[in-house]
Amino acid sequence: MELQTIWFFLWGLLWAVFFMTDGFDFGIGTLYPFITKNNEEKRILINAMGPLWDGNEVWLITAGGVTFAAFPTVYAVMFSSLYSALMLILFALILRGVSFEFRGKIDSPGWRQAWDACIFAGSFAPALLFGVAFANIFKGLPIDQNGIYQGTLFTLLNPYGLLGGLLFLMLFLVHGALWLAIKTEGDLHERAANTANKMWWILLIVAVVFLISSWFETKLYDNFIASPLLFAFPLLNVLALLGIKFFLREKAYFKAWFSSSLTIVLCTFFGVIGLFPNMFPSNIDPANSLTAFNSSSSPLTLKIMLGVVIVFIPIVIAYQVWAYHLFKGKVTKKDLAYEEAY
Amino acid sequence: MDVVLLSRLQFAAATMFHFLFVPLTLGLSVLVAYMEVKYVRTGEKIYLSMTKFWGKLFLINFALGVVTGITLEFQFGTNWSRYSAYVGDIFGPLLAVEASVAFFLESTLLGVWIFGWNKISKKAHATVMCLVAAASTVSALWILIANGWMQHPVGYTIRNGRAELVSFAAVVFNPFAMLEFLHTVSAAYLLSAFVVMGISAYHLLKKQHVEFFTRSFNIALVFGLIFSVFVAINGDMHGVHVTKVQPAKLAAMEAHWETKTRAPLHLFAIPDEKNERNLIEIGSIPGLLSFLGHHDIDAEVKGLKDFPKEERPPVILSLLAFRTMVGLGTLFPILMIIGWFLRKRLTESPLYLKAMILAIPLPYIAIEMGWVLAEVGRQPWIVYGLMKTSDAVSPVAVSQVTVSLIAFLAVYGFLGAVGFYLIGKNAIKGPVAIEN
Ligand code: HDD
Ligand code: HEM
Ligand code: HEM
Repeated sequence: MELQTIWFFLWGLLWAVFFMTDGFDFGIGTLYPFITKNNEEKRILINAMGPLWDGNEVWLITAGGVTFAAFPTVYAVMFSSLYSALMLILFALILRGVSFEFRGKIDSPGWRQAWDACIFAGSFAPALLFGVAFANIFKGLPIDQNGIYQGTLFTLLNPYGLLGGLLFLMLFLVHGALWLAIKTEGDLHERAANTANKMWWILLIVAVVFLISSWFETKLYDNFIASPLLFAFPLLNVLALLGIKFFLREKAYFKAWFSSSLTIVLCTFFGVIGLFPNMFPSNIDPANSLTAFNSSSSPLTLKIMLGVVIVFIPIVIAYQVWAYHLFKGKVTKKDLAYEEAY
Repeated sequence: MDVVLLSRLQFAAATMFHFLFVPLTLGLSVLVAYMEVKYVRTGEKIYLSMTKFWGKLFLINFALGVVTGITLEFQFGTNWSRYSAYVGDIFGPLLAVEASVAFFLESTLLGVWIFGWNKISKKAHATVMCLVAAASTVSALWILIANGWMQHPVGYTIRNGRAELVSFAAVVFNPFAMLEFLHTVSAAYLLSAFVVMGISAYHLLKKQHVEFFTRSFNIALVFGLIFSVFVAINGDMHGVHVTKVQPAKLAAMEAHWETKTRAPLHLFAIPDEKNERNLIEIGSIPGLLSFLGHHDIDAEVKGLKDFPKEERPPVILSLLAFRTMVGLGTLFPILMIIGWFLRKRLTESPLYLKAMILAIPLPYIAIEMGWVLAEVGRQPWIVYGLMKTSDAVSPVAVSQVTVSLIAFLAVYGFLGAVGFYLIGKNAIKGPVAIEN
């Protein structure tokens, strides 16, 4: 396989892992005001992601860094084209990050309410906007022959883009609710499991609508039709999606969460495989599209980076799995008594 | 205003703000790791409460460092897309390596440290903090290799209309980057020593938690003493290197107009850029500039007039930034040495304690001025000698950058105020006693 091809799929994988890990944080943050009844429950929610969210967010930094390293032209054109959307995401992430740390530092209801609002906005906005951005990439953007974006923030807010946003949001909501069901007990646990159950139906409907509109709005299916074996991926995806419901019925929440992780990864890969070799397609003229082959770094850089990734990413995965394992138990009231808890 | 100027302002605001928190993260992580190791070794509870108290300040500061760092990573693409496309082959990998080698370790293990007190053994817990400290220093290394490449590009060739990598080793072992790393990290350690000493001084002045803060003060004092000297020494080495590879920066920071042998150093000068001369020169020491730049009083130093006008960096800003940094850099070892002599009777030295409280902002000023010098002095180049800043900017609309710049100033201003307020509040509250 060519280096560029390897890198293209590694690039997709990094985004997929980011959505899979930080996805449940976004989901929990969005559910946060609605699913909790008092301050104690709110703190349980924050502490359910407390030890992990920052490590999860680094997958985004790495996905961004790898885009820069392996496909600098894509990094340049994509991020400057999506300028306003990306700025909104960044500001949302800023607010979310400091909220966890700041919220408990002053004992006043008004203070807490303000940061609660930031946790919600800082989780909801990225969940939606990442979906909008990726759906627009699937669909193609108005990129001219100089690699300059001929649109605005509102160009992105077309029906298909918004549908993509909704899809991501639902994926993350189910994912987050499942994580909560794993991490909580009693009444809160029941509510989380219930939410996951209900949200799953909406996710199913949105996913079906999305798959159908993709047929009309994008060229994603071309690659699958060209090599039908690839349909194994979407098929597996459907199974994973159904698996969530199956395991929910069984009250096997960890397995359900695992299915949901798989769903997110496979959804991302549906798009990534469909795009190949395009990374940032132009809908003005296909010749303006940025592909893995016309936008990549030099072979030397790709080789060096491949070495770095092959050595370090497994190490990262090893200690992140260790951290997840360490904090696998339920978050209880007793845990909130520690001084370190958020 | 045009997109270039707006983007520069935005980048300057974002990096300078990031760097309000980075140095304390770098230094305090080392100090907290030291305290915790000390606790594990001796079993004395006081070290545990020191770990927790300084650890809490560290965490608030860390949160701000993290969230402001993310915007920087993406601004190369949003605001400097032409730059990113032109040098991404070399610059991109450095950021990617930083994330995969350092950020993951730092962020994941810090989560373990915060929530893991009762989940892993004491020894493992202290080891985790040591790794966090190491990872933050490694992250500084990689980002400074990236910045060092912009200051002094090496190991590349121009091919396919862009800069392409020829030797990764040359980029990683770029002497400019190594000097920047040593200087920046020692400056950051020094700053952290000042913060710990200043906060300790506050409590010692009030004669509360005397044992706790005397020990904290003394740990920081040793750290500060070492790095106040070290930062000056490698700053001087850095200056020699700048003279060699960025002569225009040297000439600007010294307001040195005419090429001369035995060039003088003015302790202070007010440059007049329009007429290419200095209005006032105070305390000129003949030969000193030649000596500092080349370690030889007779060496020739190139003057600003020998550079085309459009390739000269802003003189006044470079000069003031350099004077402020070096002035403070001379003061710091003095403060540390005085502290060394008073270390056994701190509570009886209220004057010194007050001075150390007031000194807290000084290393922050020095460290920001250092960056202003390094970055402004590099202008008009974004990559020295290779690409101009004005050619680097993204093809985005003025309105977009205006809105984002205003948002940055508003959000960062607010967060900075809240962050420093919380750090101050927790610092003043003092440690919580740990029983038995
Ligand atoms: C000398 C040190 C230094 C310098 C010059 C910079 N940084 Fe930084 N950065 C750090 C030292 C650091 C750190 C100490 O390692 C931080 C502070 C808090 C933290 O988590 O790591 C950090 C955090 C941090 C993060 C968040 C990491 C996380 O989530 O854990 C990002 C994405 C960046 N930085 C990116 C940048 C970029 C793109 C810079 C250049 C323009 C930059 N930093 C300058
Ligand atoms: C964290 C410490 C840093 C601070 C405080 C800082 C400060 C600044 C300032 C003040 C400018 C504006 C100069 C001007 O336009 O007149 C600037 C420009 C710039 N710096 Fe730095 N810098 C830092 C680190 C870095 C690093 C590590 C990099 C690279 C990885 C970097 C890359 C740039 C770029 C791309 C510009 C271009 C924009 C411009 O020239 O205005 N900086 N920086
Ligand atoms: C007293 C002796 C000092 C000398 C001779 C000195 C010298 C220098 C020089 C020549 C530069 C410019 C490098 C460039 O243009 O790229 C620089 C940059 C810098 N200085 Fe200093 N400095 C001193 C003290 C300090 C102190 C006390 C601090 C902070 C506490 C500090 C923080 C910095 C920083 C952050 C930079 C920018 C990063 C870099 O280029 O290394 N310096 N210093």
